[in-house]
Amino acid sequence: MPVKGRIIRVAGPLVVAEGMQGVQMYEMVEVGEERLVGEVNRIVGDKAYIQVYETTTGLKPGEPVYGTGSPLSVELGPGIIGKIYDGIQRPLDAIKEKTQSVFISRGVKVPALDRGKRWHFKPAGLRVGDKVSGGDVLGEVPETQLVTHRVLVPPGVHGVLRWIASEGEYTIEDPVAEVETADGKKIEIKMYHKWPVRKPRPIVEKFEPVEPLITGLRVIDTMFPMAKGGTGAIPGPFGSGKTVTLQSLAKWSSAKIVIYIGCGERGNEMTEVLESFPKLKDPWTGRPMMERTVLIANTSNMPVAAREASIYTGITIAEYYRDMGYDTLLVADSTSRWAEALREIAGRLEEMPAEEGYPSYLASRLAEFYSRAGRVRVPGRPERTGSVTVVGAVSPPGGDFTEPVTANTKRFIRVFWALDAKLAYSRHYPAINWLLSYSAYVDTVAKWWHENISPKWREYRDIAYELLLREDELKDIVRLVGTEGLSEKDKLILEVARIIREGFLQQNAFDAVDAFATPQKQWKQLETIIEFYHAALDAIQYGVTVKEIREKLADKIRAFILARYNVPNDRLEELDKIKQELLKGLEGLVKRRSAALAPAA
Amino acid sequence: MAVPESRVIREYENIREIRGPLVIVEGISDAAYDEIVEVELPNGEKRRGRVLETARGYAVVQVFEGTTGITAVGTKVRFLARTLEVKVSDEMLGRIFNGLGDPIDGGPPITSGVWRDINGDPLNPATRAYPEDFIQTGVSAIDGMNTMVRGQKLPIFSGAGLPHNKLAVQIARQATVRSGEEFAVVFAAIGVMHDDALFFKKFFEETGAIKRAALFINLADEPASVRLITPRIALTLAEHLAFDLGMHVLVILTDMTNYAEALREISAAREEVPGRQGYPGYMYSDLASIYERAGRAHGRRGSITQMPILTMPNDDITHPIPDLTGYITEGQIVLSRELHNRGIYPPINVLMSLSRLMKEGIGPGKTREDHANVSDQLYAAYSRAVELRSLAAIVGEESLSDVDRKYLRFAEAFEQRFIRQGFYENRSIEETLDIAWEVLSILPETELYRIKDEFIRKYHPKYRKKASEEKS
Repeated sequence: MPVKGRIIRVAGPLVVAEGMQGVQMYEMVEVGEERLVGEVNRIVGDKAYIQVYETTTGLKPGEPVYGTGSPLSVELGPGIIGKIYDGIQRPLDAIKEKTQSVFISRGVKVPALDRGKRWHFKPAGLRVGDKVSGGDVLGEVPETQLVTHRVLVPPGVHGVLRWIASEGEYTIEDPVAEVETADGKKIEIKMYHKWPVRKPRPIVEKFEPVEPLITGLRVIDTMFPMAKGGTGAIPGPFGSGKTVTLQSLAKWSSAKIVIYIGCGERGNEMTEVLESFPKLKDPWTGRPMMERTVLIANTSNMPVAAREASIYTGITIAEYYRDMGYDTLLVADSTSRWAEALREIAGRLEEMPAEEGYPSYLASRLAEFYSRAGRVRVPGRPERTGSVTVVGAVSPPGGDFTEPVTANTKRFIRVFWALDAKLAYSRHYPAINWLLSYSAYVDTVAKWWHENISPKWREYRDIAYELLLREDELKDIVRLVGTEGLSEKDKLILEVARIIREGFLQQNAFDAVDAFATPQKQWKQLETIIEFYHAALDAIQYGVTVKEIREKLADKIRAFILARYNVPNDRLEELDKIKQELLKGLEGLVKRRSAALAPAA
Repeated sequence: MAVPESRVIREYENIREIRGPLVIVEGISDAAYDEIVEVELPNGEKRRGRVLETARGYAVVQVFEGTTGITAVGTKVRFLARTLEVKVSDEMLGRIFNGLGDPIDGGPPITSGVWRDINGDPLNPATRAYPEDFIQTGVSAIDGMNTMVRGQKLPIFSGAGLPHNKLAVQIARQATVRSGEEFAVVFAAIGVMHDDALFFKKFFEETGAIKRAALFINLADEPASVRLITPRIALTLAEHLAFDLGMHVLVILTDMTNYAEALREISAAREEVPGRQGYPGYMYSDLASIYERAGRAHGRRGSITQMPILTMPNDDITHPIPDLTGYITEGQIVLSRELHNRGIYPPINVLMSLSRLMKEGIGPGKTREDHANVSDQLYAAYSRAVELRSLAAIVGEESLSDVDRKYLRFAEAFEQRFIRQGFYENRSIEETLDIAWEVLSILPETELYRIKDEFIRKYHPKYRKKASEEKS
């Protein structure tokens, strides 16, 4: 029987209650007369320390605390896609309907999934008498135009299928199957089940991430690629375009399902996603983006304890869709705010602080979180793989990458997209600094590029990357002696590096054409630059100067840079034309130079 | 901040400890978290406070007006069975209040109105409407390159001695939306010096702007704990005006640095585990509980636009106060000491400034079709020019190319013509964009790679001149 205790102390989001014998660690409890949602995070004797997910204003010692007997859980079933939830999966639009207020008042109870909505369930071919276990596909439900929801036998259930519903309309409370376990117990299966958020869902095995997660962002896909099932972090000071980059990932990436967590961030950013995603078309399917997106909004002014829970709520939902065999992408903005929530709660519990006041278990919590990513074989039949890709924003104070959250995050991620305030100040977006960023997946995804796009991908990518590194070294020299002291070859490197920066790395997230570049377009742009570079190197051998190239070919170079905007993904032959123009222009310069030299000879 | 009547009031006289602004009261077991408290000194003086922590047998009370003169024996502490509430109404426009919301202009007390918890509730992200109405401030560096929209929170990051107050006042005077609707101004001065308070009072009274403004003034020599209350009272009023009465409200909060210092002071008195530079670990959440009280909502006519002002300690933008603020607000207007020393007003460092909501507020039908391109081009060109300037300082201007020298001329014109303007100069957005084209035309056309060709042909002074010649 669930326990019932009494409050003895209230300090901000922390409540201490006594008379709580028998309560479990991480059990969800209801606090006070208003039954605010809370979670037990320390037990001392009969006292339980509870973090409360709503504001505690007005709460008094002596008020009751009710146990629920189960840990903080989410409801998993059809109806999640397209929703906006708070950090503990309360649907914010339903709260709006219920309260008719623009504000979120506390103590509002609304179920996460709509109980009245009917879904079209179609059995998947399992027969009565079949042996079934967790993960087996019982049937399918069209959740949105983009997502077919697979109704699975919940993890941990084994037995013989005794009954399965026929095709038809059902609510999530209607049973759709019945399983008899080995000990004769009959288990009714509905289209939804609950799962504790802090517990990873079971998998069969993990694979190496080999397939790129295409994002349409050149600096990511070509320079620092992400793989399906990989982990990445975007650290950056404020104003460096973190949110815009994350939103671009959520918009354009080739994942099937996107879970976007606004964890302690701005309210208007969630509104922006809510208002723009239904209007935007997914480039992979042409359907509105919202049909594949789940939003979790626990903005900076919402209760801090629910912020701590929000990333677990998000990743549990991501795992659930992975279990259906889908590629999911989880974007968490920002893990620093999550860590701060952790710090705040630890401080109230009077725990011994480690670095900068963060609790000593910060690193292990981060590790646990990022470990839930991966490309995996999921349990159940038919056999299938799915993936969870995790990208976390990090907001280092003062842009200092040595602070504890950034430093610890770096240990557990494989892709690091370092945002740079200096680049942002000059409106170089995405402001991903190519000198500080890295991706461990360049080698693993190269095979995909070579097979699907061009066998020269890795070679050309490395040349472009080296040109950028060389530019940085040369800039130091220029700062001392000016450009005049450089050789023509080095001057060319500066010019080509500029073209790479302005015509390739930079990308305007708000331009209809530039926002998303297909792998094919990215390749053509890269190819143009590298071939232009090689041809220009030759031209220099013939005595052509870089000054000439810059001035005589200014129009053509500008046309290439503007091809970002002017050449849509479905008219790539125009890029070939631009490349030919550039190469012809160089040839012309060589001819003129030879002609000028000829009479003298 | 008057207190509503008819409550179950409990009175205690056992004070266990007095520390900084905190009083620990013994014997009470039913104080509510955040409950409001009245402290009566032996001489009859009354002060107010709130419960920061409650437990069986004691309560920790923070006294707003400070603990000077409070005695462990003889002082009475009354728990008023109410959380921190304030009575707000549109009667408050045209009036001046102290930091706790009591009138200080000699006028009558506020009679009508509704009681509201000063902490407010968070706006439901599902009810928010995305800000997109262009606000013309008449200041080119803002309108042209860091456009503000209705419902945005856009702070000014300043430094000691820079003219942030002047700029704030110019914006408060000039800000309009294109439909012509005026703003109601809610102004909270937090821990300001007497002369600053006078400057603001004088401005509002002399220009007549006071008629549509409410001023809350907490002076630097008043107790620190009041500073935590003042902005919240101001925002509670703003929310009432915007979301109950449908007004468009501009909230100016100055100086948030004083607010953060007060937060640190009280946190230290409570012996909390400090985060960066002694500021409490929850400072981000606490600042967010202020800054996030801005925006628009579906189905409500009004809006709250916030312009907090803060002075960066030692002009350091990585200091926790500007740093955490920048992570919450939707951009920042950064003032530059260098421009100020060169006599340029307003000394706005456009490269470090940013308005995150700009893109939705500009373009055809809102400002002008070329706005986004022009702004991007100005940024790119000016940032290149600033780089070249430092290069020229080392290698000399002569060793730069012709194009590079044009960039230097562009930078000079940009600062002197575009950024610089008068305190009473109110530029329309068209004027702002035309000046931008003028300074951009110093550069060769091939350098204008952020601007679409069609806009170059339509707005570049060269083609405009041609077009007007052809016409005549």
